[in-house]
Amino acid sequence: MNRKALEKIKNDTIKLDPDLFEKKVKTHEKEIRVVLQNCDIIDPENINHYIVNNGYFGIHNAVTSMSQEDVIKEVIDSGLRGRGGGGFPTGKKWNFAYKNENETKYIICNADEGDPGAFMDRSILEKDPHSVLEGMMIAGYAIGAQTGFIYVRAEYPLAAQRLQIAIDAAREINILGENIFDSGFNFDIEIRLGAGAFVCGEETALIASIEGYRGMARNKPPYPASNGLYGKPTIINNVETLANIAQIILKGSKWFRSFGTEASPGTKVFALAGKIKNAGLIEVPMGITLGEIINDIGHGVSNKRKFKAVLTGGPSGGCLTEAHLNEKVDFDNLVALGSMMGSGGMIVLDDHDCMVDIAKFFLDFSVDESCGKCTPCREGTIQLYKILEKITNGTGTKEDLDKLYTLSKAIKRTSLCGLGLTAPNPVLSTLEYFYDEYLAHVVDKKCPSSTCKELINEYIITDDCIGCTICAKRCPVDCISGERKELHIIDQEACIKCGECFASCNFDAIITL
Amino acid sequence: MEEYVNRTQLQEFENNVINLYRDKQSPLMQILQESQKLYGCVPFEVQNLISNELNISTAKINGVVSFYSMFSLVPSGKHIIGVCTGTACHVKGAQRLVSRVEDALDTHYGETTEDGQFTLAHTRCVGDCSKGAVVMIDDKMHSKVTSDNILDILEPYRKQ
Repeated sequence: MNRKALEKIKNDTIKLDPDLFEKKVKTHEKEIRVVLQNCDIIDPENINHYIVNNGYFGIHNAVTSMSQEDVIKEVIDSGLRGRGGGGFPTGKKWNFAYKNENETKYIICNADEGDPGAFMDRSILEKDPHSVLEGMMIAGYAIGAQTGFIYVRAEYPLAAQRLQIAIDAAREINILGENIFDSGFNFDIEIRLGAGAFVCGEETALIASIEGYRGMARNKPPYPASNGLYGKPTIINNVETLANIAQIILKGSKWFRSFGTEASPGTKVFALAGKIKNAGLIEVPMGITLGEIINDIGHGVSNKRKFKAVLTGGPSGGCLTEAHLNEKVDFDNLVALGSMMGSGGMIVLDDHDCMVDIAKFFLDFSVDESCGKCTPCREGTIQLYKILEKITNGTGTKEDLDKLYTLSKAIKRTSLCGLGLTAPNPVLSTLEYFYDEYLAHVVDKKCPSSTCKELINEYIITDDCIGCTICAKRCPVDCISGERKELHIIDQEACIKCGECFASCNFDAIITL
Repeated sequence: MEEYVNRTQLQEFENNVINLYRDKQSPLMQILQESQKLYGCVPFEVQNLISNELNISTAKINGVVSFYSMFSLVPSGKHIIGVCTGTACHVKGAQRLVSRVEDALDTHYGETTEDGQFTLAHTRCVGDCSKGAVVMIDDKMHSKVTSDNILDILEPYRKQ
């Protein structure tokens, strides 16, 4: 394979399908597609489609006309920061591994997208797998690695399948393999499947999992860049990070810096979900305001409800409220606001969502997913969960709120890995911005959002009922009666307080006491 | 103790799976995944076989099996229902969907029905968050599921 052959594939494919890149994906004017540039346009199972959009020209340029130092310098200059959530400068990370003199080194692509509510990595893997492979190859060339692993979570079978097809296709035309572009550079990639453990998104736990152990984190340092997979220097980059690389090499760090902010250059893909009208994946320049994302691109909250908060950073992050709609979304600002970028999941909540319930939801997740190695995380998250359970079932006290705070701080100070260090964030963040709501639960024994079942005595239909019959149809025990277009009534004796009617009413006619 | 994988199957497993991975670096996870795929579980008899063949203690193997939620010791039901309980689906009422399915199939979250037809599996996030609530049945994704249509979606699987 050489540049000429690559050009030939490009030209032949375009001749066959001249309209390929005419297909436009509908995007908002505030969106800029860098990472998602090929998604929903190319056939992900056809390597030629990827090549048409200058695919594999990045690795070609790197191995034929750039030194390893040049590649690393370009990535450092671009200011690219890890898109998995931490935001560590990618080029700097590579430099650590490059400087290590060990002969065997590894590149790992972290495709263990565990944040429940984020699905950008899945989309990139399924819709543009070659961009990730090319990023890994460039990373491999830069640090001097010959083997790459992609650790895909088991819940994404299609992603794994498409990656395998992509790897096979790249091997077939000798883009992956030995003596790539006659440069003497050898590189190959293997897929490893996860088996359902959130903590394996943490670098050292991920390595343990590939090595065939329980996915448990270990102390850092030594960092994987010096002592990683099988004890060798290992660079672990997230899917979205790697999908940026080829374009940085092709178009230069200056081009990359034309998007985003000084400290957080480039674009970021966000997954908008929850109570938002226009849900889905968006790619925007860093530094865009939260309001632009929620209101302009997302078209605000659905079903006539009121925007309450947006959850960012998943179980490690926190919430942002109406007061933050003018804040800039970038790595450092989100941390300053008590949340974090995370992998880019944004779950929008409306006034029917209880913040204490959300904190409890995340803690339930963290309890489940804590690997159990260090005590603060293993025991601390369980205690946090128990206190939140008390609060939501009406037996909580004001002292419990102080306990929540103190314990959260302790877990954050003493846990071993990222999971424990960030697990209390949803509690701290909701305590800070929605303290009143916590107070209502412990003092008034009320859930202002009508979510916490134990604090609801009865559901009542008010005069606002227009008799649309939706609630009656949905009631699982048939305890709602009333003629069409007339006021409905709930039989309190038969009601099992499942909340189905409350959730189904579009007219705010059902209230809780 | 009940056995789920018979002797002939074990021999096949050794020939077709263990021998394939034997010389690879750290093959344990991949072998366990094959067992889960073939038998719907990684029972003790398979763990013993792997232990003997690869010279890894059963304690270590069982430690790995019990750590990851995808591995189970007993076979799962014929159809696996995953009501996604990720954050986006949670706020879209996944908890109510779970209750509906529990009632309809007379089982509990994480358990298998008595007739072995369904497992209501713990499911965190299947990555289709913008189309919540999502229910995954076997390999098929059902999106925008509500209390109104969940029972209809289940119906065809009851007979198969």
